Amino acid sequence: MKTVSPKLYFIIWALLLALLFATWGLAQINLRPFNGIVAMAIALVKMTLIILYFMHVRYGSRLTWIFAGAGFIWLAIFILLTLNDYLTRRSIL
Amino acid sequence: MSEVRTALAEQFDTLEQQEEASRLGLWTFLATEVLFFGGLFTAYVIYRHAYPQAFAEASRHTSLLYGTINTAILLTSSLTMALAVHAAQESRSKSLFRFLLATILLAAGFLVVKGLEYHEHFADHLVPGAAFALAARPKTQLFFWLYFTMTGLHGIHVLVGIGVLSVLAWISSRLHFSSEYHTPLEMAGLYWHFVDIVWVFLYPLLYLIDRNV
Repeated sequence: MKTVSPKLYFIIWALLLALLFATWGLAQINLRPFNGIVAMAIALVKMTLIILYFMHVRYGSRLTWIFAGAGFIWLAIFILLTLNDYLTRRSIL
Repeated sequence: MSEVRTALAEQFDTLEQQEEASRLGLWTFLATEVLFFGGLFTAYVIYRHAYPQAFAEASRHTSLLYGTINTAILLTSSLTMALAVHAAQESRSKSLFRFLLATILLAAGFLVVKGLEYHEHFADHLVPGAAFALAARPKTQLFFWLYFTMTGLHGIHVLVGIGVLSVLAWISSRLHFSSEYHTPLEMAGLYWHFVDIVWVFLYPLLYLIDRNV
């Protein structure tokens, strides 16, 4: 497997810390109703950076991409189909 | 028979094939972990949707300072972990050991900060139960139930990570990891970065959303 240069790791780390600062700062401002969406979007970007570079998936085989994606795709199905129920039927809790 | 100690098991043709098998196996394990934590994340999403005001109020009682410091600590530990794997790939045992040690210390630091935070919650009666401080809004207990379960489960994963990395640091002094064979480091790294990713989502959900609404 291709080795990633340490310089790239430092760049990704700096980006992650910048995103942490951004998400912390944006939480101080009332963006209602977008606070939650912005915070989750930033978390998704951070996750993608970690998976692609720190976890080397960017340089992995096609099969690695499928294995790495499978769990998250199942989680999306899990959450979306459950919400499908809770968002469309009133007072089932 | 080569005189060099080879790590290739007999069922594999090449070291790359063997490493790929390990990588796919570890990603399969991580998929089960995603769904393990996923159940709690789904519970959070549903209850937050059902009781938005109670969740907003309760989340303002978490410590933003501790949470932010811990996020920075874990992100940095992912960097040192990635550098440890890199050192193993380049057969540099000394810097491998140092980066593993740095990762272990950062992980321990994370748990210390988490412990201080838990202590504050106990002192403020934010632990669900008879003495719960926000009893006037009963649904805030649901938030703290999820808070302690999710951060607690994550904390156990950090502890396991410290154990795995300690064993690797110990082994790395006698077994020589190299560009040919460094699979255990690569696998421990995948696990460690996953633990980091879980926290990347816990941080906004438990500390940030509704902080200033």
